[in-house]
Amino acid sequence: MNGGSEETLATGVLGEGRHDPGTPPAGLRRAPAGVDGLTTEHLIINMGPQHPSTHGVLRVLVEVDGEEVVAAEVSVGYLHRGIEKLAEYRRYDAVGTLLDRGDYISGMMAELAFALATEQLMDVEVPRKAHWLRSLASEINRITSHLIWYGTFGLDAGGMGQFLYGMRDREALLDILEALSGSRMMFNYIRPGGVLADMPTGLDAKIRAFLGTFDQYLDEHDQLLGGNEIFQARVKGVGVIDRSTALAFGLTGSNLRGAGVDFDVRKARPYAAYPELDFEVPLGTNGDAWDRYNVRMAEMRQSARMIGQLIDGMPEGPHMAKVPRIIRPRAGEVYASVESTRGETGIHLVSDGTEHPYRMHYRGPSLFAAQALEEILPGHLIADVVVIIGSTDVMLGEIDR
Amino acid sequence: MAIERLTGEHSMLFVRSEQLFDLARRHSLWYLSFGIACCAIEGLMSTSGPRFDFDRMGVFPRSSPRQVDVMIVAGTVNKKMAETVKRLYDQMPEPKWVIAMGSCASTGGPFREYPNVVLGVDKIVPVDVYVPGCPPRPESVQYAFIQLQKKIAKRTEERLAARNG
Repeated sequence: MNGGSEETLATGVLGEGRHDPGTPPAGLRRAPAGVDGLTTEHLIINMGPQHPSTHGVLRVLVEVDGEEVVAAEVSVGYLHRGIEKLAEYRRYDAVGTLLDRGDYISGMMAELAFALATEQLMDVEVPRKAHWLRSLASEINRITSHLIWYGTFGLDAGGMGQFLYGMRDREALLDILEALSGSRMMFNYIRPGGVLADMPTGLDAKIRAFLGTFDQYLDEHDQLLGGNEIFQARVKGVGVIDRSTALAFGLTGSNLRGAGVDFDVRKARPYAAYPELDFEVPLGTNGDAWDRYNVRMAEMRQSARMIGQLIDGMPEGPHMAKVPRIIRPRAGEVYASVESTRGETGIHLVSDGTEHPYRMHYRGPSLFAAQALEEILPGHLIADVVVIIGSTDVMLGEIDR
Repeated sequence: MAIERLTGEHSMLFVRSEQLFDLARRHSLWYLSFGIACCAIEGLMSTSGPRFDFDRMGVFPRSSPRQVDVMIVAGTVNKKMAETVKRLYDQMPEPKWVIAMGSCASTGGPFREYPNVVLGVDKIVPVDVYVPGCPPRPESVQYAFIQLQKKIAKRTEERLAARNG
């Protein structure tokens, strides 16, 4: 044992002395650090890529001092499959197939962002009905995605029943999406110029039937998980992302709104049918996991409200503008973004006038949330790690692309 | 399997131990809860949900590779992930089976032109059942498990035939 390893014992490898045991960071509830004046050896725990609570293949190296997390390092890239590069070899109407597999439980949003970006470079006027169908598909997809989050977040906190109830409602919505687009998950429904197909006959009645029970079901969901005292003890005051941290890391979506920042792309830069819809943006106050939970549950209520408005006011007319079979937008560089389930999903598109994009960048909001994990995990107990990762709702397909 | 029914109220089952174990094995195929990409939602989450409910077939997720019989490779395996997939397969106890779920795990799928993607998980671990689709529906995964049960039954008979003659 030389001097170097002793230093490692005291400060750890990942922490590099950043964590001072004397002054626990804000939000720390317990961990009587150094009561007996002894220094314990830090232990590095590898979590993932195979771990049931990392929601995919996220790998987190957690350095612990006893039960307390001292430092964390997020390692990504286990699902890197070149969506951005492959888009340079796809035609414009086929890029959606790749973007569906980016954020794979809310594929409609990334498709919509790409369609909006492409339309800025085309002289095309999207029909009003297409706008409404785009919003309808997005909001249905937002609920399916939030229901997955709801089920798995409860699993992380130790519950099982809410997963089964959440999946029950999700299957009903997947039937609607399948009737609309033809697929349960990989839609390629929103194309440059409009949407692939009109609503089939009778689907509006099916959606109304779903909405008739969904509000009651949502109350049940909220009671089942959020009304549970154990769950509340696990999430209240845990994983605080305050306003300044959220802004510094560039968080968007529910993670940002949980901290009380009122930013929603649907309100800030309205697109599709959102300027004509009446909805509220739910906000949190403290930015802890409990606030993020409440924000997402309230978002599902708002989405259900919007779906009702969209069905009632669905305009008549064509669902697709006249676009050439092979789309060749003019040369240029544009950015378009939508409010996806996890935040601002943006597409930065560079076109050189040919039938393939010259360059496409896919801004996934989960990457920013994953980076913020390194900042918010230290100071918590090791059992809180899975809850915090679950509360940020990261999506690995979108992080690694 | 030789079942001899005796007269009276008792019945007896004359069977080799391998047959009995394989009978139990194919009706309690526990799989590794290891989702890589999109297929994990359909193959691991929808299937354990209330509509498809694989529990009734004895198919049940476990989180540790030491406790499972089947690995469902649900998603694109890239070169960084390949090492982990191989290690997880090595950690599973014998006998073990692999289901390559979806186009990506079978051939590389829509991402096969990208150099970082492994062109099918059978380049790394032996695969027993391939499930086509992108992603396959949960019914397809159910069919894959039924095929796997047939494969296990056949394996028992082959082993016994090899020993007997």
